[in-house]
Amino acid sequence: MALLQFTDRGIFCERAGVYLDPWKPVDKAIVSHGHSDHAHWGHKHYLCTQDAMPVIRHRLNLQDNIQTLAYGETLNINGVDFSFHPAGHIPGSAQIRVEHGGEVWVFSGDYKLQHDGISTPFEPVKCNVFITESTFGLPVYKWKPQQEVFDEINAWWRNNQQQGKTSVIAGYTLGKAQRILKNVDASIGRIFTHGAVDSINEVMRQQGFVLPEAPRVTDEFKKPDLQGALIVCPPSALGSPWMRRFLPYSLGVASGWMKLRGTRRRRGADRGFVLSDHADWDDLNLAIRETGASKVFVTHGYAEIFSQWLSSRAIEAYEVKTRFEGELGEIDESAKEEGQV
Amino acid sequence: MKHFTRLFTDLDQTTKTLGKIKALIDYFGKASDQDKLWAIALLSHRRPKRTVNANYLAQWANELSGLPEWLFYESYTVVGDLAETITLVLPSEFEESDFSLTYWIDFIKALEPLEVPEKKEKILWAWGQLNETERFVFNKLITGGFRIGVSQQLMVKALAKFADVKENVVAHRLMGNWSPELDTFSGLLYTTDGTDVSKPYPFYLAYALEDDVHTLGEPHEWIAERKWDGIRGQVIVRSGQLFVWSRGEELVTDKYPEYQEMLKLLPDGTAIDGEILPFKGDLPMAFAALQTRIGRKNLSAKLLKEVPVAFVAYDVLEWQGEDIRTWKFEDRRARLEAICPVNHPVLRLSPAVTFDTWEQLALERERSREFLSEGIMLKRKDSIYRNGRRRGDWWKWKINPFTVDAVMIYAMRGHGRRANLYTDYTFAVWDGDQLVPFTKAYSGLTDEEIREVDRWVKQNTVERFGPVRSVKPELVFEIAFEGINRSSRHKSGIALRFPRMARWRKDKTASEANTLNDLNSLLRFSEAGR
Repeated sequence: MALLQFTDRGIFCERAGVYLDPWKPVDKAIVSHGHSDHAHWGHKHYLCTQDAMPVIRHRLNLQDNIQTLAYGETLNINGVDFSFHPAGHIPGSAQIRVEHGGEVWVFSGDYKLQHDGISTPFEPVKCNVFITESTFGLPVYKWKPQQEVFDEINAWWRNNQQQGKTSVIAGYTLGKAQRILKNVDASIGRIFTHGAVDSINEVMRQQGFVLPEAPRVTDEFKKPDLQGALIVCPPSALGSPWMRRFLPYSLGVASGWMKLRGTRRRRGADRGFVLSDHADWDDLNLAIRETGASKVFVTHGYAEIFSQWLSSRAIEAYEVKTRFEGELGEIDESAKEEGQV
Repeated sequence: MKHFTRLFTDLDQTTKTLGKIKALIDYFGKASDQDKLWAIALLSHRRPKRTVNANYLAQWANELSGLPEWLFYESYTVVGDLAETITLVLPSEFEESDFSLTYWIDFIKALEPLEVPEKKEKILWAWGQLNETERFVFNKLITGGFRIGVSQQLMVKALAKFADVKENVVAHRLMGNWSPELDTFSGLLYTTDGTDVSKPYPFYLAYALEDDVHTLGEPHEWIAERKWDGIRGQVIVRSGQLFVWSRGEELVTDKYPEYQEMLKLLPDGTAIDGEILPFKGDLPMAFAALQTRIGRKNLSAKLLKEVPVAFVAYDVLEWQGEDIRTWKFEDRRARLEAICPVNHPVLRLSPAVTFDTWEQLALERERSREFLSEGIMLKRKDSIYRNGRRRGDWWKWKINPFTVDAVMIYAMRGHGRRANLYTDYTFAVWDGDQLVPFTKAYSGLTDEEIREVDRWVKQNTVERFGPVRSVKPELVFEIAFEGINRSSRHKSGIALRFPRMARWRKDKTASEANTLNDLNSLLRFSEAGR
């Protein structure tokens, strides 16, 4: 019996009776991070990192059925050791390490190697078997250093301001939005947020994250307040009537998909900023090498192509079907579930 | 190249017309005249001759990237653009340089006589001189196809504003046979001599009528014609020579040798707008017949006999050497009727459809298929002949399309703005308990529906063959199309004209889709109508 198995509910450790990031209700769930394709509603017991807990509890409306571990701390369940290790994807995100009888498996969840200034940076974990995401597992996806991207965002904001326009930037509510807030040059002007972003900010501020002042857009703010400001909203707000109050505005989208001209044009945005919370091609390959794993399972993304690539590099690799969606799911996810507009 | 790359980026980064015009004017203000001319040419689909095979470019980029070939091609199917794929896999190192756009175009032209290894050496050197966006522009210069949303109208507006010349004058000067190699910027924009006797007028295009026809006001203010399904064209006779232009601004005189007859029928100094349409006897033939002639290098005597082509005249734009586009349409039409012999096999007048009430015209429209036409064209009697697609004076009032419900069985990734999404589908109907593919369709879904189908395709793939996935036969779509014809090239035995997805029938299961028998009865119905 393999230490971890891929089932139609999620990744299952039979010996310990727990699931990793299950997508159907189970008794015990170990959750890598708070994005909705990984932290599903309806499990009896949840285990996550201390840093991920407040957001997961807030989003899933949990009471006492959530337990936490610090990064590196071990929990033994029926002889199997479980521990969390920083994945660098969003604040609180973790790789899940599973060890039994000297055999080590690591499930990456979602991850990136680039330091984003807000998430605990990724740490490679040695293992025998590595389960990796492949959201951007094609050689055409290569990221620039974060500072270059924020230089572009700052310049765009300044330029819009000079033209009397509001700058609206869309990025996922959990993770991307806070990364933007943390790294953008807040001295340029005022920053406002969409309700869905603000409610996550509130939770994160309470747990000690420091973010620049960015009040929720409400009716009390009038045109002169918003003109020249930066508005951070989820992609689902694009094209909604909520946007009208910012006219005239320039629209930016921050996502790894903006690397491709086709996706950029499809979003109908004025600007696409290539800013991703997932590893790019080079970093996926680097991360896999550093685990020293002799066997790799590839989940969501370009799983088939990426596993074929690994096989051609003499790494035993298999494609696995899961319900995880990576950045695609994040873009589609609606703001409705959280917070009012 | 920095200025042009800036222009390219600016145009790419804004979806707004005013922003694009501003970007063009900024560019015209900075670039040399020769660079300006090239920019105008490139943005209106005139590009230097291809001197390097795109497959070589891919191969060399692939070598530099150190990737296996299959992975490069998998990436290409995702990116959906070869020049872009090449750009993205190349190593990022380069030396900063700033040669002009004209320099790079001359560089590309100079590759022509070279042997492949020499070309390779030159191209690798060029890649090493350019940053990522410049490389993309450079690769596009070679492979062609700058699709960056600059319409002819937009270019005309920007140039008119920059050069302080009237828009309709600029529009006319940009038509036809000029070339950045032979003309100069000031020559193109400011000279008024008629050195180019072939120069066509910009086409006036109509929008589809979506509102009730009664909103057009009084019927007697309008002239109605059938909307013919051929290729829009312009026939020009000047200085004893004949020129035939297609709407795509392509000179196609040689493709229609029948039209030499026009030299006898039309006096010098005449330009006529109309439709290139195959006619046998007094009946038009289906567009499929014309397709057998398009793209043929050599027209056999047999083909000329089987698919004889006429020109159905809509309008006269130039008469006795004078531009008469500002005459009222009814006056131009009267002139046209005087010029066109009604039943000449090569030159035919597009007959007016007479009507006194909109109800009468609606009945005529219902008969469109009998004439193998797509519906009715409506033109206001007092309208002038304008440039490009405009609302108000001219409308096309098309008939409702045929529709069938079909099952999606294959999906392929799209190109351009649909890159990395499964947007190109193959549809099937039932033949007994078998699903027989009968058409592909790409358009008609909303962006949101496309994303939903894309996700469904990824989760319901049965098999992959290269870029194509076969999927579980579950999704049903209503396919709309304008015409149906027999075809020996398709397994189903039929070919559709303008197929597209009218809607996603989420209320239907695959077993409720139409059958091949249903399609065959439509085919018989359509043939009986002729």
